Amino acid sequence: MSDLLQTTINTLAVGGLYALIALGYTLVYGILRFINFAHSDIVAWGGWLALTVASSAPVFAMPAVLLITMAICALMGVSIEFLAYRPLRKAPRLNVLITAIGVSLFLQNVGLLDKFFGNRPKGISALLANDVLVTVAGVELRLFDAMTIVLAIVLVVVLERLVYGTKMGRAMRAVSFDERTASLMGINVNVVVSLTFAIGSALAAAGGLLFAFRNDLRQTADASWVLLGLKAFVAAVVGGIGNVRGAAAGALLIAFVEVFVHRYISALFSGTQWVAQLQDVYVFAILILVLMFRPSGLLGKATVEKV
Amino acid sequence: MKSLQDRVSALRPNPIAAAGLSLAPFVAAVALAFVMDAAIGPAVGATWTKILLDVGIAIVLAGSLNVVNGYAGQFSIGHAGFMLVGAYAAAWLTFYGSIHWFDTKDTVGGFMGNGQLLFLAGCLLGGVIASVFGIIVGLPSLRLRGDYLAIVTLGFGEIVRVLGQITARQPKNIAVIQDQSMAALANKLGGAEGFSQIPGYTRLFFVYAFAFILLILIYRLKYSSKGRALLAVRENEIAAEAMGVDTTRAKVVAFVFSAFFAGIGGALYAHQVGAIDPKELGFQKSIDLVIIVVIGGMGSITGIVLGATILVVLPEVFREFSDYRMIVYALALILVMILRPQGIMGVQELWELPLWRKVTAKLSRSQHGGAK
Repeated sequence: MSDLLQTTINTLAVGGLYALIALGYTLVYGILRFINFAHSDIVAWGGWLALTVASSAPVFAMPAVLLITMAICALMGVSIEFLAYRPLRKAPRLNVLITAIGVSLFLQNVGLLDKFFGNRPKGISALLANDVLVTVAGVELRLFDAMTIVLAIVLVVVLERLVYGTKMGRAMRAVSFDERTASLMGINVNVVVSLTFAIGSALAAAGGLLFAFRNDLRQTADASWVLLGLKAFVAAVVGGIGNVRGAAAGALLIAFVEVFVHRYISALFSGTQWVAQLQDVYVFAILILVLMFRPSGLLGKATVEKV
Repeated sequence: MKSLQDRVSALRPNPIAAAGLSLAPFVAAVALAFVMDAAIGPAVGATWTKILLDVGIAIVLAGSLNVVNGYAGQFSIGHAGFMLVGAYAAAWLTFYGSIHWFDTKDTVGGFMGNGQLLFLAGCLLGGVIASVFGIIVGLPSLRLRGDYLAIVTLGFGEIVRVLGQITARQPKNIAVIQDQSMAALANKLGGAEGFSQIPGYTRLFFVYAFAFILLILIYRLKYSSKGRALLAVRENEIAAEAMGVDTTRAKVVAFVFSAFFAGIGGALYAHQVGAIDPKELGFQKSIDLVIIVVIGGMGSITGIVLGATILVVLPEVFREFSDYRMIVYALALILVMILRPQGIMGVQELWELPLWRKVTAKLSRSQHGGAK
């Protein structure tokens, strides 16, 4: 029983992390209809920038570190959109996609330079100990898990209110629905797109910081960042891309598959050394299964294509 | 007076001559590949031979991806998965096979000797097994469009990579290997450590023979009814279906064809590098191939050759600026996409460009002595 509860807490923490990153993918896809491959690099930069900012700050200033990092990444996201994606607003989507890959390679390799973050992994957990907050019936709630869960819930609720409860949110939904008509109705599409990138990148920064606390910082070109981004993206697709609630639901499902199924199904194959690797297979298998039966995701709306 | 039947059959081409005419380009391709191996390879030296090998392998891979991405318009970003399957199948046959049958880990025999024939069989086996995977990946494409299909192919590539990483350890002792049957060795593909000590059979002849054959095939495909069906699917699937194109069949055939040559490309790659590291053949490799196709020009055969050459040769030339090389590459990629969104060649071929037509028209006119 305690094992089950512990696994649930792990699921929620991993799910919260994926949700924060998945929201960035889903917002951008909802409005511009392209996969922002550079998003996982904003996550990586968020982690590293947080370390840079935090190493000169005392422990109690962690919330300030988080806010500063989120602000810097928001600025990065907006500038990337302005410089790289905006000139291609009318181009075929494949071009935007390749541009996004270009931006991704750029961020990865600039991050590798010694002037930036260098090419060696760094420990960030020394900044903040992963203390056990409470222990109930043998179940431990650790600081990082609690931080991730609380932060993810707060940010998802704030975003949900922003998208469905404010005038700006209505503008975002209008642009997502039909860009041309929205602009004819007096909505400034460029402002909406910039705002979307700002929000998505700020959430990515939060995700990067939390991921770094749990796993330490690998160099910006490391495959683990890409894999993290891919899984978050899978979460957004499984939930129904372009849909805020869907991203959160998808993130929980992916975390469930990864943590829960891994904990109990992989136990059947115990004794083999490769069990840990199976996590990724589960994630991508669930993606293919969901898309086969519900091609627009769990909460996505099916669209009818016309000639 | 001949009967009508006789007169008609006189108009029919001689089947042997027709088959010969149809096969002539392939014979020429193999001959040209032989010339590259025998004359150009030694002339340019070891470093450039390696670069030429890389270019040829890139042409095979990007050319095969072009059929799915460029012709059929099905956005696939899991091509390295097919490559990995082909590489494993071929390496299994050549590494374990040469230990079983030739008692050695090294290459055996000279030109078209036993070893090279085994390698050729390995390439074809890699292609066949990869095309079986092509059917598996092609099936979701019947239900999914655009970005969603891209994500599924991505998922497929990642699953193949992980499955490669969880295969059993590769035995390296000759006696140990000879104790086991080939079938028992099929899951011992090295796991996360990778499959190593693959005999280095890949040489210019094989790479360019496959590359030229693939180029001829996709050239013929482009101008055949099958190819036009694929282009119609790319432009508008529903309209194509309304015009009587069997879109299901067209897409699956495109995936199978593409996977077959990707498997061969993977086999060539494995026997050049001498090892298979599943981490190397993941998402990043698939993206590299998509970049070649897009930079060259989606669906353009000349574009593929140009794109593969440029994207393989330039990084080699700028190797000394190691730190900044990738940054410049990334910036160049963004700039090309902004300034020339259709890629270098666009959808056109070299022989379709106005300049080329003007030059060839002038040449043929001067040949006929300017007679009008």
